[in-house]
Amino acid sequence: MKAFYSFLAVIVLILVAVIGGSIANLHFFFGIIIPYVAFVLFVGGFIYRIIKWGRSPVPYRIPTTCGQQKSLPWIKQAKIENPTSALGVIVRMASEVLLFRSLFRNTKTELREGENGPQLAYGSAKWLWLGSLVFHWSFLIIIIRHLRFFLEPIPVALQLVDSVDSMLQIGLPQIYITDLLFLAAITFLFLRRVCVPRIKYISLPADYFPLLLIFGIAVSGILMRYFDKVDLISVKELALGIATLHPVLPSDIGAIFYVHLFLICCLFVYFPTSKLMHMGGIFMSPTRNMISNNRMVRHINPWNHAVEVHSYAEYEDEFREKMKKAGIPVEKE
Amino acid sequence: MYKGGRIIASLIVFVAVLAFPFFYNLGKANAGPVINVPSGTQCVEPVAYMRANHMQLLNQWRDEYVRQGKTVYVNSQGKSFNINIDTCLQCHYSNSATSSSPAATHPAVSTTGASNPAATTEASNSVVNPSDQFCVTCHKYASVEPTCWSCHNLPEGANQ
Repeated sequence: MKAFYSFLAVIVLILVAVIGGSIANLHFFFGIIIPYVAFVLFVGGFIYRIIKWGRSPVPYRIPTTCGQQKSLPWIKQAKIENPTSALGVIVRMASEVLLFRSLFRNTKTELREGENGPQLAYGSAKWLWLGSLVFHWSFLIIIIRHLRFFLEPIPVALQLVDSVDSMLQIGLPQIYITDLLFLAAITFLFLRRVCVPRIKYISLPADYFPLLLIFGIAVSGILMRYFDKVDLISVKELALGIATLHPVLPSDIGAIFYVHLFLICCLFVYFPTSKLMHMGGIFMSPTRNMISNNRMVRHINPWNHAVEVHSYAEYEDEFREKMKKAGIPVEKE
Repeated sequence: MYKGGRIIASLIVFVAVLAFPFFYNLGKANAGPVINVPSGTQCVEPVAYMRANHMQLLNQWRDEYVRQGKTVYVNSQGKSFNINIDTCLQCHYSNSATSSSPAATHPAVSTTGASNPAATTEASNSVVNPSDQFCVTCHKYASVEPTCWSCHNLPEGANQ
């Protein structure tokens, strides 16, 4: 049911875009105004969320790690899992951001029939890690590839990405490897939520909606490239115009392009309000981005109330004369 | 803010990356590709069809010519054309003959880059510069690398 509501929401968005794309008077609104609004909301929302997170105090280090902490010299330290240097933290963060290290440790739990009744068994579960890795990297390469619409002249590196991605040279226009991988990965991520009962139980509309929305973006893009083709030159003119803040509206781009564009704009607007903010949030994971030196260095709680202290030196200054008279020894004469 | 300096610096980098296309294109005109096609001519199929499907038509021509021995293509209006890359090049490869009559830009394609005087005068020189040609300039604009020229030579020995 939750998946169905998300599906319905995406369908409604597509219908809105179809209407916008097929009525020429609305092209200016759907082609230029909405992308700008979406971009501003995306950037503003992103910054707002990050600043909001950044304002939370982080008093102490949280060494929830699976590596040996730095200890006696003859105990080998896990320098990346439990780093005591900035370099170690950078490597740990990079492996987290680029390779999804934590997800790689994903395990599954099962009850199995043993000799004395059911036994609890744990095993490694790498499919989620593989699926998300393929999904995120394909998505990144697809976004980089799309820069060809926003840059003129097109840098050589970008052409290289393009030619490597289409190196199978299947069909015309040539099929991109990342297109296929992306569709396969997102289908897997969706089916995982629908087919595994435990994951289905904890899935919310906010889990299904971005998956379906991104699926819609991918399908509309693939349709546009291979089936219901649009005029690329006009698309690039529009994109370049938007990027250079001199928007122009070419006359005849197919309606499917507006579907693609509108869904992307929806994703941009939705992004800062949703769990997709893990893009920025991953860099602020307190268990990953801090040096594990909670006993090597003194950490002071930032919200400690200022305590008024009266040191012995001050006490002596105050009562020195009286102390001398009473014959109590003083440190300073 | 805890480690506010680093967070704000990262946000600035993030926004700079997002704004990269703006700065990259700064000060460049949004000029479309140079499309010099003699005016009043009609392509093998209607323009909209050619724009979307020219690559598939070329593949179809190759298969018909090389594998089935057909040398004539009959289009949707019943007109016949020789299956030959020269049929395309007659209009789409501006040598001195076609470009002496001022090269007309394609009316429907380009709204902003309608006239690019520098490139037009360049094309009217008797020396043909392949990088100004219709197919090359369009494909460059869209970052498409056709595989035609890995086997074929451009006319007059000009190599792409």
